[in-house]
Amino acid sequence: MMLAALRRLASLAVIAVSLFPLAYAISTSFKQGSDLFGGDFWPSRVVLSNYRSLFRDQPFGTNLLNSALVAGVVVALSLGLSLLSAWALGRVRFRGRQALLLSILGVSMLPHVAVLAGLFELVSALGLYDHLAAMMLSDLLFTLPFTVWVLTTFMRELPKELEEAALLDGAGVFTLVFRVFLPLLWPALVATGLLAFIGAWNEFLFALSFTLSSDERTVPVAIALISGSSSYELPWGNIMAASVIVTLPLIALVLAFQRYIVSGLTAGAVKG
Amino acid sequence: MELRDDHPSLKQPTAAATAVPRSRPAGTLQRARRLQAWGLVLPTLAVLAAVAGWPLARTVFFSLTDARLSALGERRFVGLANYLGETGVLADPQWWASVGNTLLFTACSVTLETLLGLGVALLLNQRSRLRTALRAAVLVPWAIPTVVSAKMWSWMLHDPFGVINTFLVASGLVAEPLAWTADPGLSFVTIVLVDVWKTTPFMALLTLAALQMVPRDIYEAAQVDGVPPWRVFVHLTLPLIMPALQVAMVFRALDALRVFDVIYVMTANSRATRSMSVYVREQLIDFQKIGAGSAAATLLFLTIAVITLAWLMATRSRLRELE
Repeated sequence: MMLAALRRLASLAVIAVSLFPLAYAISTSFKQGSDLFGGDFWPSRVVLSNYRSLFRDQPFGTNLLNSALVAGVVVALSLGLSLLSAWALGRVRFRGRQALLLSILGVSMLPHVAVLAGLFELVSALGLYDHLAAMMLSDLLFTLPFTVWVLTTFMRELPKELEEAALLDGAGVFTLVFRVFLPLLWPALVATGLLAFIGAWNEFLFALSFTLSSDERTVPVAIALISGSSSYELPWGNIMAASVIVTLPLIALVLAFQRYIVSGLTAGAVKG
Repeated sequence: MELRDDHPSLKQPTAAATAVPRSRPAGTLQRARRLQAWGLVLPTLAVLAAVAGWPLARTVFFSLTDARLSALGERRFVGLANYLGETGVLADPQWWASVGNTLLFTACSVTLETLLGLGVALLLNQRSRLRTALRAAVLVPWAIPTVVSAKMWSWMLHDPFGVINTFLVASGLVAEPLAWTADPGLSFVTIVLVDVWKTTPFMALLTLAALQMVPRDIYEAAQVDGVPPWRVFVHLTLPLIMPALQVAMVFRALDALRVFDVIYVMTANSRATRSMSVYVREQLIDFQKIGAGSAAATLLFLTIAVITLAWLMATRSRLRELE
């Protein structure tokens, strides 16, 4: 009985600690003027000016679109490339496969600053500096190893009879991967795609280093660089409004696909 | 990391074997399959070589030159001067401070996240009415972008108007508002706590997955024998989930060693919290010193590579012992 009560209390505490910062950000985003610094949780007057000024005084709409474009392209490229290599790495026995898998895992351990100078040179040489394409290219550094690794573990579990039947019917390897396996891999694709999307949506270092103009920024950079008239006077209302806007869609996605996410995360780490 | 081989055995005659042209022996088929496999891995390898292999090689190369960001092309070869020279990275007390910060940050955050994650996972593994709400709630910090969580906490810990200072002063716990992010004695703790808030859910989910693989009948048997719950936990559950827990800790530690976002956003270039990644970016971009910055980046890469390899060797040899 005691133990059950303690567990209940602990669960409630964890829920409160997890949710409070977001709740406080939401309430702040509706406050204005001295209300911001009053220390009360509820705004004394609900205002939308923080949200309005984000879109009026700053290219925040463009930043949102940028983030969605970058993350979307990165996910599509990662899933496409990794579907092909997952078949090869998961279902074909060839020399050097182990080494390939380990080096792909190794890439996902790379500290991003270790490739920053080289990537900067590459991005500039390709004429992509201060363009969204710079992030679309460099984000593959961390999404691709992850999607390859997870899809390989899922691909390995599929029944081999399916493949035999398809091959005997004279199906080519592309038919096999995209017509036979793809429909069975939907849950895995949703899970890995979503995690890769979150990774690219949240990426900060490359986006900060490879953009200059505010129209090419992604949302995390835009939020980090929102500044007031002086460095001591940050417009917290605006910052919290922006934070709420980028966070709510992510949370909706995550909660809607909870089960997939848990399976994707564990396939990425534990099963590997 | 054991890899299973389950390619279809094409050599075996099956009912539909006539569909395979007889003139092509199985060996040729196998070779064609292997070639195809290489063909399909190639695009991935090409992309990874372009965004990882080549840039990494360039970073190592730049670390041996005096290149500057404004004029990458005009560079001289300077040997190991960026590492060992008088103004080299290894002679810079700031570098060593950032190494110390990074290692301490990794040790503190991974320990706390593992312990708290285990606690949350145990709560999630228990059938209760709160379980669904709890699982949804812990996914929230995990889903929030690091930059955003850093900003949210900066605002909550604002000195003097933040909600936490207001609460602490009003309840009489502290006499004056605390400068959470500006006070050098406090900012490190703040960074660790914000990281723990954001990343504990990840550890909790991985630990939960391990807990759910523990066979149920073990618990039932222990209950029948009247073993107290804490002994079941220490002697049965913990040893069973240990391998998975270790993998999660290593992944987390390798991630913590390259920490950047939360520190850059919350405390910028404060010496008290500067991590190796923050140091590298400061050298590369803010000071435009591509040579010295690349040398520091190479050292960070080597640190992480050595730890990864050591871990791989350790798990390999342990696996061999078990066999």
